[in-house]
Amino acid sequence: MIDIQGLTKKYEDFTALDQLTLHIEQGTVFGFVGSNGAGKSTTFSILATLLAPTSGTAYINGANIIEQPNDVRRQLGYMPDFFGVYDQLKTDEYLDFYGASYGLSSQQRAELIPTLLELVKLTDKRYEYVDLLSRGMKQRLCLARALIHDPAVLILDEPASGLDPRSRSEMRDIVKTLKMQGKTILISSHILPELAEMCDEIGVLEKGRLIARGSVDSIQGHMQGDRQLTVKVLNSSQQAASHFRNDPLVSNVQIVDDNTVICFYRGSKEQQVNLLKQALQQDILIYQLQEERQDLEDIFLTITKGAEK
Amino acid sequence: MGKLTNPVLLKELKLRFRFFKSVSGMLAYLIAMSIFVIGFFYITTQLTGTGYFRPSESFYLFSMLSLIQMGMILFIAPGLTAGAISAEREKQTLNMLLTTTQSSWQIIIGKLLSSLAFLGLLLFASLPFYSLVFLFGGISPVQLLTVFFFYFVTMVAIGSIGIFFSTMTKRTITSMIATYSSSVFVAGFTLFFFFISIMVNQTMIEAGEIAPFTYFWLSINPGALVLSLLSGNLMTEFYTLAGIDIPIWVTYLLFYTVLSIVLLTISSSRLRANMKRG
Ligand SMILES: Nc1ncnc2c1ncn2[C@@H]1O[C@H](COP(=O)(O)OP(=O)(O)OP(=O)(O)O)[C@@H](O)[C@H]1O
Ligand SMILES: [Mg+2]
Repeated sequence: MIDIQGLTKKYEDFTALDQLTLHIEQGTVFGFVGSNGAGKSTTFSILATLLAPTSGTAYINGANIIEQPNDVRRQLGYMPDFFGVYDQLKTDEYLDFYGASYGLSSQQRAELIPTLLELVKLTDKRYEYVDLLSRGMKQRLCLARALIHDPAVLILDEPASGLDPRSRSEMRDIVKTLKMQGKTILISSHILPELAEMCDEIGVLEKGRLIARGSVDSIQGHMQGDRQLTVKVLNSSQQAASHFRNDPLVSNVQIVDDNTVICFYRGSKEQQVNLLKQALQQDILIYQLQEERQDLEDIFLTITKGAEK
Repeated sequence: MGKLTNPVLLKELKLRFRFFKSVSGMLAYLIAMSIFVIGFFYITTQLTGTGYFRPSESFYLFSMLSLIQMGMILFIAPGLTAGAISAEREKQTLNMLLTTTQSSWQIIIGKLLSSLAFLGLLLFASLPFYSLVFLFGGISPVQLLTVFFFYFVTMVAIGSIGIFFSTMTKRTITSMIATYSSSVFVAGFTLFFFFISIMVNQTMIEAGEIAPFTYFWLSINPGALVLSLLSGNLMTEFYTLAGIDIPIWVTYLLFYTVLSIVLLTISSSRLRANMKRG
């Protein structure tokens, strides 16, 4: 559980974080979205007890970041956006060092390390030097490091940045596994569709303020304008196109081929059902309907454009 | 500290001694020392023309060795410690270290001891040279132990200065410059100030009054300390000159112990962000 209360960070007269208040329930995966300089990393650093807030406070699983920083450290696994590794250390020694730094006994460490390496799929790299690992592997290792003391809360600052699609999807899978273990996860990312897939909730941060918050669906529903529908029909796409053109909520109808029509739709889900029902009644044999979700990327741009003004 | 095991200390020791460079560094040092000792033997036996090596020369050799090793401490300790914290900051590993549950004090002490371990090993490896001195007499085991104890005090003091600057400055290069400057100050400027204060306090000294600054500047000088440990006589004149006859080593020990404790305490309180004061 993460409870942020009026958190503010000022650098001289520049306000990097402005009265952020946010409550994240236990077991939730919460995605933090925001353009460069929005204050995501600043928030994370404060929660990780690395940076003192100018005002406001926060609780990590009940421990106050200002009054009980050591309890916070015990409950929190933190993965920074940029990090280095100690060269000349091997993977298992690397984890062992951090385990010891969290006060785990050597026996506990010896038991944990193989499990963690298994989780982040680095078992075969156990005896390799850390600085020789690929970027994706280092990133996963850093995640394993953040998990070594079995924290209830995880703060991951852009864990998938700079990774190729395959590594990103691996990272996503790990986060899903951790969610299943009941961990509370606060995660930031620039790769927005990815957040949609992992997160229960999303908060949009802009210029240090939380400007939107909600489930992925509600944010999308709330913000989206037209969504693109791809309709496949068994019979004539001409007929389907003219049917759609008659609906005032549909725009920009295009015939792609004999069986495929693309259009933009602006109505609610219920209205959409009606549209399709009528089509079927008119013997337009729709066998596939694909909704191109306007992805978070676009929503994000829409929202943040609003904040600029 | 609460716990006997110090993760930072253990990890760094493992790293430092795993690699060839520490071994080769040590070999180079021992070779340089051997050349010095052999040269010393050669020159003294040639010059005296006797072909003998007498206790007085043995004592002289011991003094030279002790001064050289003290100089080495002043020269190497800054380099070993001035990057201890700032290098982690530059390599972006510090944040992750600071989010662990180790206490700041534990991290600072671990850094200090592991950085100085190599230097300690160098000193230890130089012990065989001293056995030569024992062989020819002129020095007592107690004197040797005392000298080594004060090596340790000096190492920790210079090391604490290094750790302090390394914690307080953002960049290693700044910390290096500040630490080496401090070391130069301790080794050289204290002597300079000593002579200045003799000139300034001339009338007081001639009148047989107490000249505390004159006393102070010399008594925190490592070279003067080594000489005072070796030969009490050497310093009698100085004590009467300054009008204070507390042995130099007492003041030296006190000054550098307090300095180390103060610097390490500040370092450990500044290592992490002070969450209570934004
Ligand atoms: N030490 C500092 N001094 C002054 N300003 C700072 C400092 N650290 C951060 N800032 C400013 O605070 C703002 C928030 O930065 P932060 O790193 O939290 O953004 P972010 O949302 O993580 O961005 P990104 O997506 O690029 O990682 C930025 O405008 C940054 O310039
Ligand atoms: Mg950031």
